[in-house]
Amino acid sequence: MEHNGKTYWGTVLSLLTKILIIWFLVSFGAGILFAPALNSISLGGYPLGFWFAHQGSIYIFIALIFYYAKKMGDIDRQFDVHEE
Amino acid sequence: MDLQTITYLVVGASFALYIGIAIWARAGSTSEFYAAGGSVHPVTNGMATAADWMSAASFISMAGLIANMGYGGGLFLMGWTGGYVLLAMLLAPYLRKFGKFTVPQFIGDRFYSKTASTVAVICLLVASLTYIIGQMTGVGVAFSRFLGVSSEAGIYIGMAIVFMYAVFGGMKGITYTQVAQYIVLISAYIVPAIFISLQLTGNPLPQLGLGSNIAGTDTSLLSKLDMIVTDLGFSEYTTALPGSTLNYFVYTMSLMIGTAGLPHVIMRFFTVPTVKDARSSAGWALVFIALLYTTAPAVAAMAKLNLHATVNNAVGLETTAAGNLVVNPERVKANADVYAADASLVYEQRPEWMKRWEKTGLLKFEDKNGDGRIQYYNDATKNADAKAKAEAAGWKGNELTVNADIMVMANPEIALLPNWVIALVAAGGLAAALSTAAGLLMAISSAVSHDLVKGVFNPNISEKNELMAGKVSMAVAIVIAGWLGLNPPGFAAGTVALAFGIAASSLFPAIMMGIFSKKMNKEGAIAGMLAGLFVTLFYVFAHKGIFFIKGTDFVNLIGGPNSFFGITPEAFGAIGALVNFIVAFAVDKVTKEPPEHIQHMVEAVRIPRGSKAVDGAH
Repeated sequence: MEHNGKTYWGTVLSLLTKILIIWFLVSFGAGILFAPALNSISLGGYPLGFWFAHQGSIYIFIALIFYYAKKMGDIDRQFDVHEE
Repeated sequence: MDLQTITYLVVGASFALYIGIAIWARAGSTSEFYAAGGSVHPVTNGMATAADWMSAASFISMAGLIANMGYGGGLFLMGWTGGYVLLAMLLAPYLRKFGKFTVPQFIGDRFYSKTASTVAVICLLVASLTYIIGQMTGVGVAFSRFLGVSSEAGIYIGMAIVFMYAVFGGMKGITYTQVAQYIVLISAYIVPAIFISLQLTGNPLPQLGLGSNIAGTDTSLLSKLDMIVTDLGFSEYTTALPGSTLNYFVYTMSLMIGTAGLPHVIMRFFTVPTVKDARSSAGWALVFIALLYTTAPAVAAMAKLNLHATVNNAVGLETTAAGNLVVNPERVKANADVYAADASLVYEQRPEWMKRWEKTGLLKFEDKNGDGRIQYYNDATKNADAKAKAEAAGWKGNELTVNADIMVMANPEIALLPNWVIALVAAGGLAAALSTAAGLLMAISSAVSHDLVKGVFNPNISEKNELMAGKVSMAVAIVIAGWLGLNPPGFAAGTVALAFGIAASSLFPAIMMGIFSKKMNKEGAIAGMLAGLFVTLFYVFAHKGIFFIKGTDFVNLIGGPNSFFGITPEAFGAIGALVNFIVAFAVDKVTKEPPEHIQHMVEAVRIPRGSKAVDGAH
């Protein structure tokens, strides 16, 4: 399972970490902690922080899962552990 | 045709469809009964998961809750969707690779311990049973409000329908009925939302309408709503936050972790053919869920604006002769005074839908200042300006009480939509409650027949007998769920929070450590689950009473309500999960490592190859 000095599991974990950072930033970051600051910016008729909490984070969650599914498929093939 | 007849026809047709599917999708083997034979297409499974997940509460109550909470309602939106990211990346593909039928079975095998699987079974049963009470009462409420039959009769009819497809079809029957139920419930939710968005903003997509200007003006819908509610003494809609930011944060986290740890959702991912499918299927599930969850905030804000506009003409919407609300752009721009003498609606001139919902008791008017007009405002406001204006106008207290569920249920009537849309909303509410109840019943019956009967009492049971045991425990679970729905314990309202708390504090951490920590041993896992469960139950019971029995609360012993950094008991699951992780790693450090073959098993679970080899293995 070694490949270019990195293990399959190590590669998976670094992908998960990256995705979880974005997951955290859009919901807990933009939707909650920084929402008051972001509300001074408007997105159409939406205050931006409110938009992240009520709409934006959900769209980004969907994108994250499909990105994850695609990347994992690539990693599986790269390390030759994909399903037959 | 009158409304009642159309409603019976639409609901009857949807039930006939579910029963037709039940006859087509009978289960012949335990693999079909527990996991639909592992042959469900990932998109189909995504749709079934969405119906499984979205309950009567999501369908009927969520928009109303958001309308009341404003920005703070985002905790439901982010919490109940963000959990799918965790589920997709941390649990679902690995549990699919493991290739067994139930959550307790994974925990029992991975931690090589019957005690671990028994603790998991107990957590699963408590979480699922408390959750199902809400669904059964939801079925009763939906029947009584939409069809005019008693709530008891509604529960009996609901039990009979679920019985037909769940007992004979198991997971296979449930999966395909859930697909049909999803289509019914999502159309029922979106059709009225499109009409309302069009009426208010001219934009047919509610997600865009919410961020648009009110039709014919350059005033954004949200800024108008903010202005009106602030004038009337309520909190500003786009920034309103009940409780602290910390509580918002922890509550959202608890709902996310709880969502990922709920067994009836996790087990849906045992039904897809491959690990790859499990990953994408979670994405599809979230797409189908998001259709409703991104529409809900639009429904919330628009229904709130509609309600204020109905009782106060200063908002700038007018009721036409036909009885529907239309935007009057000039009046919207005028920003008229909501406290003007002729702004409040004359009670005798209220629209038909208000009269109809007054009869149900969900809408109440009390003329406190005797002027024959409806004053709807926040009489307990801390906004000195609003308070002074209300007093100057001779308002003597808020005169209208509105049950939050009206925001969804009365929407089609407020917008004067055709009767078939109102009938569709009835069928949608029932579909949402029935599909979630069926998924929960599946989790309960498989835990009993597979984890208890086969796993603990009779490991040598034949497949045919296990299938029979599965069907019998399903039938018994339906009867128990029906009984609980008919005799809801006094604590019914608090129970869904308890289900999330248990899933978050016990099941999620145990499964996650089972996959991501190769060295985690049984002592650590069991101690962690028990510790997480204990602190969560302790905090919840301190506020709500031991097992929710009135008078047994001991909130003063822990220093008053929300004494743990202002965190509410509903939001405590994430803290329980943290305790679980800490205790598990501490105990793991001082006890011996798991046996060699378990560590190999964890390595095998982590890679997708070989998923078909263990397919359906016992």
